[in-house]
Order: sequence, then C-alpha cells, then structure tokens
Amino acid sequence: MTPLSAILVRDMRIAVRVGGGALMGVLFFLLVVTLTPFAIGPDLALLKRIGPAILWLAALLASLLALDRLFTSDHDDGSLDLILMGTAPLELVVAMKGIAHWLTTGLPLVLAAPLIGLFLNLDAPAELALVLTLLVGTPALTFIGLIGAAIAVTLRRGGLLLAVIVLPLTVPVLIFGVGAANAAVIGPVSFGTPFTVLCALTLASLVVGPFAAAAALRQEME
Amino acid sequence: MAFLDFANPTRFLRLANPAIPWLGGVTLLVFAFGIDQSMLAPDDYQQGATVKIMFLHVPSAWLGMLGWGVMTVASLGTLVWRHPLADVTAKAAAPIGAAFTLLCLVTGSLWGRPEWGTYWVWDARLTSELILLLLYLGVIALWRTVDDPSRAARAAAILTLVGAIDLPIIKFSVEWWNTLHQGSSVFRLGGSTIDATILIPLFLMAAAFTLLFVTLLLAAMRNEILRRRVRTLHLMQASAAS
Repeated sequence: MTPLSAILVRDMRIAVRVGGGALMGVLFFLLVVTLTPFAIGPDLALLKRIGPAILWLAALLASLLALDRLFTSDHDDGSLDLILMGTAPLELVVAMKGIAHWLTTGLPLVLAAPLIGLFLNLDAPAELALVLTLLVGTPALTFIGLIGAAIAVTLRRGGLLLAVIVLPLTVPVLIFGVGAANAAVIGPVSFGTPFTVLCALTLASLVVGPFAAAAALRQEME
Repeated sequence: MAFLDFANPTRFLRLANPAIPWLGGVTLLVFAFGIDQSMLAPDDYQQGATVKIMFLHVPSAWLGMLGWGVMTVASLGTLVWRHPLADVTAKAAAPIGAAFTLLCLVTGSLWGRPEWGTYWVWDARLTSELILLLLYLGVIALWRTVDDPSRAARAAAILTLVGAIDLPIIKFSVEWWNTLHQGSSVFRLGGSTIDATILIPLFLMAAAFTLLFVTLLLAAMRNEILRRRVRTLHLMQASAAS
C-alpha cells in the first residue's frame, strides 16, 4: 500500500468508527431541512420553488460541520507531525485527506438528497438536477474548507473562526450550484451554463485547496 | 532575534514619523478642495443632488479594493521573504480597507433608496462587495484569534491570497452579469462617459481618499510596530523575572 492510499483508508476508517461521526452530517442535513417548513410554513408550492436552495444551504452547513476535526485530531495525537516529516508530498496527502473527508461526509449528503428532496415536494427532473449539482459541488465545499481547516488547526477555538473564514469563500459555489439546480426546473438559462461554471469552480478548488492548505499547515506547524 | 527583526521597522519609523503629519495636512487640503468642488458640481438632470453621494461612494469602493490589493502584495512579502514589515502592513490595512468597504456599502444603499427604490438588491456587484466586507472581517477575526503575531501573519497571508480571487469578481461583475448596478463608466475603452464637471471633483475626491488611506495606513503601521515592541518588552520582562 502506498502512503497516499494508506492515508485514504486510515481516514475513512477513523471516520466510520465510534467517535468519527461520519453520518452526523447527514443527520444535521435532515434536521436543517426539517426545520425549514416550520420556519416558513408548510406551503408545498413555495417549498418546491425554494427546495433546491434549502438543500444546498443545508449541504453547505453540513459540510462545514465536520471540517474542524479534519486536521485537529491529527494534530492532537501527533500524527500530523509524522505526516509533515514523511516523504509523501504534503499537497497530495492533504488532497487524499480531502477525498476521504468527502467520501465520508459529502457523498452521504449527495445520496440522501433525493430522499430529503421528497419532503420538499421536488419532482424527478429537479431531483436529478439537484443530485448532479450536489455531486459536482460538494467536493468544492470540502476542498475550500480544507484551507480553513488548515489555517485553524492549532487554534483552541478554531471551529467558529473556521466558519467565518470559509463561508465567504464558498459563495460562488452556492450561487452556481443553486443556479444550475433552478435552471433545470424553471429556467430561463439552460442547465449547462451554470453547471459548467460549477464544474470549473470544483476543478479550481481541487487545485487551490490542497496547495493553500499544505502551505498553511507548513507555516502553522513549524 | 530582536535587533534583526527591528532593523527594518526602525528605518520605517524614521521615515514614517515625520511623514504622517505632512500627509495628514495634505489630505485635509485635498479633501477641502475636493468637497468644495463636489458641492459646486452641477446636479444631475435626473438624480438631482443625490448624484453627489457618488463623490463618496466611488472612491470608497476603489479604496476598499485597493486595501485588499495592498494586503495581497504584503501577504506575498510575508510568505516569500518573511518580511516583518509586510506582516505589519497586512495587519494594518485590514481594518482600514474594511472601513472603506463599509462606507461604500452604506453610501451605495443611501443612494439606492431614492434612485432604485430600495436600500439593497442582491445583485452581483453589491453581493461581491458584501463578500469582500465579510472576507475583511474574517481576516481581522483571524488576526485577533492567533496570539503569536508572526504565526497569525502567515495564516492571514494564506487567507488573503485565497480571498484575492474576489477582487476580479467585483471588478468584472458589472460586465459578466447583467446587473442593476451600472457598468463601468470612468475607466473604459473609448474614454469616460462622465462629464468633466463631475469627473474632476470625482478624481479630486479619489485623490483625497487615497491620501487618507496612505496616512491612516502609515499611522496604523506605526502603532502596530510600537505595539509589537511593547509586547516584546513585556515578554523580555516576564522571562527576566522568572
């Protein structure tokens, strides 16, 4: 097993075992969506219209939830020092940790989205568009979040700061994610236009995220 | 460590200390002249006297973006050369840039109420300007969370560089998306579409705002350097006492 795949397997194993809380994000996702009709009233026509937006917002908040333990637990038990001293390039290690994090927190959200969409009266085309946008968009949320998680790694109260510095950076992803999901249902632009921009944002964050996070980790840990 | 670290800031202080009062005086003069010219400028045939808000709004928008630009350059200095003065510049520029961005949003919404009929619309430029303010506040929060200044500087530098992606979005938002906020009319191909009676006071105000920014930045940098010296002295006292 190469170092990188070892890290991937290790991180996923930690996430699904006791104390990992991999499915906590999905539960939170469900809770936020359940709370919305209480706040705005059970008007099914209205929920259908703003459903994609609610699901995207819930996914954004849920992906933020698990971010703070991405590097902090490794920092607490000393394995982050070992990773920094290792021969594997830190950027790739960080990317692997991001992928493991997405597989255990982002992907469950994508899989749960169609079911939760039913609560919001979404029809089949809207569900399909929503799942596609979440599938493409949630990696961007994770990889932008990597930067914040790396910056906040040594801070005692990093969790709140993490949200404050990551959320403004995720605005473009939210705009184009919701834009694409809405475009598929009500138009007026075609689904492809915002969806392509969303793909571009994800690809860019896949590059920028690991490099910036690795740079932050190097600076923080010396 | 102490002498090497203070070497450049000392030279900076020797330049900044006499420059700050002079710059402040020039700023006051240009402001007096600029405000005078702004008041003399004719009212717009549609907007009436509300157009004068632009003399505050446009320069503060420019300065809000310039603030992040200064921080971006300073962040490169922090990460590449580990220059202590770059840390100080980045830290000092953040609250000033945030203040100008806030001023831009406030004046914009005061202008928007009579002209657009609303204080706020979720249009691309307004939204990206609001995000710029939130980014500023995030960086300031980061500075205030990390107690060791040089570590805070490096963390803030990385956040600043990532946040710099927002600057071109603000600049080009009026061209990429069809927004309620008007397109660029001062700097454009084929010359400005603004009449000289408005344009000259606008540039005067922009010059005054820029001078104000430089003055405040130098003063804030001086304060930050002195604050760090006090911190170092405290640490030395504490370690001597123990």
